[in-house]
Amino acid sequence: MNFATDIAGIVLGGLAAGTVLFIVSVGLSVTMGLMGFVNLAHGAFAMFGGYVVVLAMNRAHFGFGVALAVSFIATAALSVVLERALYWPLYRSGELDQVLFTIGLIFIFIAGTTILVGPEHQTLQLPAALSGQLNLGFVRYRTYSVFLIVIGVLIALGIWLTFERTRIGGQIRATVDNRRMAESLGINVDRLFTITFAFGSGMAAIGGGLGAEFLGLDPQYPLKYLVYFLIAVSVGGLGSVIGVYYAALILGVLDFVLTLYLPKGGTIFIYVLTILILLARPQGLFGRKEL
Amino acid sequence: MRRHRLRWWEALPWIAGIVFYFAFPDYLGFGCELLVTILFALSLDLALGYAGIITLGHAAFFGAGAYTVGMLASYNIWTEPITGLLLAALVAGAIGFLSGIVLLRTRGLTLLMLTLCIMALLEQAANMGAAYTGGFDGLPSLPIAPLFGVFDFSALYADTQYLFALAVLFVCFLFVRILVYSPFGQSLTGIRENVSRMHAIGSPVRRRLIVCYTISAALAGVAGGLLAQTTAYVNLAVLGLDRAATVLIVLILGGYGRLYGAFIGAVIYLALEHFLAQVYPTAWQLGLGLMLVVIALFARNGILGLAETLWRRYENRRGPS
Repeated sequence: MNFATDIAGIVLGGLAAGTVLFIVSVGLSVTMGLMGFVNLAHGAFAMFGGYVVVLAMNRAHFGFGVALAVSFIATAALSVVLERALYWPLYRSGELDQVLFTIGLIFIFIAGTTILVGPEHQTLQLPAALSGQLNLGFVRYRTYSVFLIVIGVLIALGIWLTFERTRIGGQIRATVDNRRMAESLGINVDRLFTITFAFGSGMAAIGGGLGAEFLGLDPQYPLKYLVYFLIAVSVGGLGSVIGVYYAALILGVLDFVLTLYLPKGGTIFIYVLTILILLARPQGLFGRKEL
Repeated sequence: MRRHRLRWWEALPWIAGIVFYFAFPDYLGFGCELLVTILFALSLDLALGYAGIITLGHAAFFGAGAYTVGMLASYNIWTEPITGLLLAALVAGAIGFLSGIVLLRTRGLTLLMLTLCIMALLEQAANMGAAYTGGFDGLPSLPIAPLFGVFDFSALYADTQYLFALAVLFVCFLFVRILVYSPFGQSLTGIRENVSRMHAIGSPVRRRLIVCYTISAALAGVAGGLLAQTTAYVNLAVLGLDRAATVLIVLILGGYGRLYGAFIGAVIYLALEHFLAQVYPTAWQLGLGLMLVVIALFARNGILGLAETLWRRYENRRGPS
């Protein structure tokens, strides 16, 4: 392989990882922007979704697409139940309570997964159509990575259009900008939040399923990637879909390059960069309000 | 009534500490772990409970202290225990001061993220310098010089370590107790309760927060150094998110902003962990998760807070005194 194809390979691999990161984190960004709720347990929904996908494929022999759809619905339903039962009393309490509550939820998910499925690593078998190599003209690369990047662009575009062009999107933007004003204009913020929370958790589930093949899937998942989800959200800016998309892609490529060339501790540069960005712009790159 | 007057029950933890030494000579290693955890939680109480700085990265300072003692001992540069702890406090305090200057301008999620990132950064730095820090395998069998040149830190029998840790905890506790009842401590509580009012009355809010964060970091460094000395071992786990989350749980469980929350929380947490985690690790984690959820939803002030509420109810029933 020459240098140019090397670079192309790294960029494509990083973009694919970044896409998964985006799909998982976008819901977190919007729900945090809406309610200011520090939901550290968001990764637990991604893990739950990943497990549903893997189990549906391995035990019930569903196709990949069907398994993803089932996972979206199941996770969204679970998140609504949790949101209505446990999350809402904490909306008006301090960050500390929210942090504790969601850390507790992470532990419950980890233990629950270990008890119900087992502590071992789950493997996802990709369908034959996605598992080969694809000739892109200038480079041959894994079909699945290219597929992920394309899916990511479509999802980002879809969510962005929903935000900019639909009524509910406008309501979300209004609430992120100024919740009290939005409420006094008659927007039902509680209901809006439940809907976006369910949708965001469903997206996290899809991300968990799509990323299971190369991120791995085991009960420690929500803790292992927690920092990455938070970095993507806070660097991108709360409530900004485009911001999370760019932040996740940059993070994906950086992580890919650093683990390849500096396997020992190379990710230190990601943290340095995050600290610098957050100090210069506490609201994130594309955020409009203070975190 | 003067709030900082010593009350009779404040002697109980120290009596218990000495009784423990004579009653459970086989569990002194566990006792050391307990004392270190109390000190670590106490340091967090100062930042989180009194000044209201919500941090997820307090293990950064714990780890800095542990590695200061560990690396100095491992390369035989400095093995004296008391000055070793002072050096640990110095290094951790310096990191706390420098990070505090930049961090404490921010609030909320940004602050949370930045504390997390500083900790992850130190962890990766320790991982990168594995040639010096030992990486994941850590630095084993650290040589620690005898205390006052007389009392050996025996690897088999932890009696010196235990008494030393108890004494260090006592000194640090006295310091924190004096600090939180001083005007400085009162102004920290004011900042926690209402920042804008403290600004309005002309309190130098940021400077106070930085000083508090530095002291808290230095104490966490002492706790870390103490861990390295009592176990003669340091590895990357001292810097991890797990440890930061654990100390947060310990403090919250006991009750934050109350000085003694760290004691109650550490005793209950470690006792439960000691007996449950070995036998049913998964059930322990599940129970821990449920406990956190219940505390966040219903008992925000931890066990001490519950006890206070019950006590107040009991006094009210007895009629006004």
